[in-house]
Amino acid sequence: MQGQIKEKAIALLRSGAADRVLGWKLGEFFYDLTPAVFRTPEEVERDFVFSVFSGPNLSKYLIEESKKEGRVAAFLKPCDSYSFVQLQKEHRIARENVYAVGVACDGMCDMKSIRAHGVKGVLSARQEGDKLLLETLYGPAEMDKRDALPERCLHCKSKKVVDFDEMMGENGTECPDCGRFDEVERLEALSAQERFDFWRGHFSRCIRCNACRNVCPACSCVKCVFDNPDSGVAQKAAASDFEENNFHIIRAYHVAGRCTDCGECSRVCPESIPLHLLNRKFIKDMNELYGAYQAGADFDSCPPIMDFRQDDAEPSVIYARGGDRA
Amino acid sequence: MQVNEAFTPTIVAFCCNWCSYAGADLSGNNRLSYPANVKIIRIPCSCRLNPMFVLRAFQRGADGVILCGCHPGDCHYSTGNYYARRRMTLLFSMLDYLGIERERTRVEWVSAAEGAKFAQTMNEFVETVTALGENRRLEDFRCKVR
Repeated sequence: MQGQIKEKAIALLRSGAADRVLGWKLGEFFYDLTPAVFRTPEEVERDFVFSVFSGPNLSKYLIEESKKEGRVAAFLKPCDSYSFVQLQKEHRIARENVYAVGVACDGMCDMKSIRAHGVKGVLSARQEGDKLLLETLYGPAEMDKRDALPERCLHCKSKKVVDFDEMMGENGTECPDCGRFDEVERLEALSAQERFDFWRGHFSRCIRCNACRNVCPACSCVKCVFDNPDSGVAQKAAASDFEENNFHIIRAYHVAGRCTDCGECSRVCPESIPLHLLNRKFIKDMNELYGAYQAGADFDSCPPIMDFRQDDAEPSVIYARGGDRA
Repeated sequence: MQVNEAFTPTIVAFCCNWCSYAGADLSGNNRLSYPANVKIIRIPCSCRLNPMFVLRAFQRGADGVILCGCHPGDCHYSTGNYYARRRMTLLFSMLDYLGIERERTRVEWVSAAEGAKFAQTMNEFVETVTALGENRRLEDFRCKVR
């Protein structure tokens, strides 16, 4: 795949179909790929990387790139394409300036998962069928690719690229039985004290680096509430230990109904806080109370939070749902 | 001097200007009593209630937050309370998910003619929150006057 995508990027630049290409290049480590814009075939030849670690979602970069002069080609995995469609719905991306190349995806590996399976000192990784062949400091190693996948890919909601001009590889389908709400349900069944302890434990590790906000394709306001010093949630240094609690509620609420569940927030969190569980709680609630809705799955559905029905459930419905309450 | 040791919760009640605030007025005119620790904040419409206001109330030491608005269908602005209904359902469900007991949050529809319902709702709510005890979970302790 790496070779084909690189060739495609070079061909698009040579033919003039695109003036720039949005893809990935090496970051600090070989497993730490970072989004990058390439302007010439030589740059692509030298720096472009597509591997099993091409997890970063590129859609957010299209907000800026599509507003510049000329056309930008972007390689979009299924997750990226959901965000791409959602951003188009919000009129944030100028579609005519984007040449979207859909890339089939069967999960993007994560070094945290590889390490969790006891493989250390990894120098390189290569996919072959269902296996992942690794070079390590201690000799070659092999593992199932499934074991190297992060939580978001294990419970992948869809392998379908929604909107594209050209598709590389075969387009996948939606996976309705992905079980992505299982963990949310497990938490819901706990007592209030247990839930509080669970989140307290996670949130108190938060260092307020704002990486979750910065990476999120749905968090694309030019002026962000968290940059307002009067908001009371502007920075950790200025507040008590309960401030980050509020930060995470507000962050999740701001993207409710627009979050495509791409899982980037959890991927970038340096403290491994399972932030996607907050987003999924909102998605699950909205699906259950206001009908099934998937942000970014189409161009015309209305997000539940911008809509209402006269016979909506009363807020007291939460007293009767789940949990330990009698 | 006698010191009252019993716990009295701080309750913030957001009341819509057109129905519930008038309902609170009516309950006062009718000499119906409801606890004095209910702090009423008047808002133009129940949908003016930014979810952040609720968080802020808890952060500043509220033990319970209640939103009162016009009955669905009776909104002065036609549809405001329908949006508020969805927003608050999602927010309160999320707070519950994070371990803030769901009994601390409530939405009640009170019309301008329902003074008795307003007083009764407040009495019930204060009772529930008193039973739950102090809410320290979202509180910012710097706001505490010691």
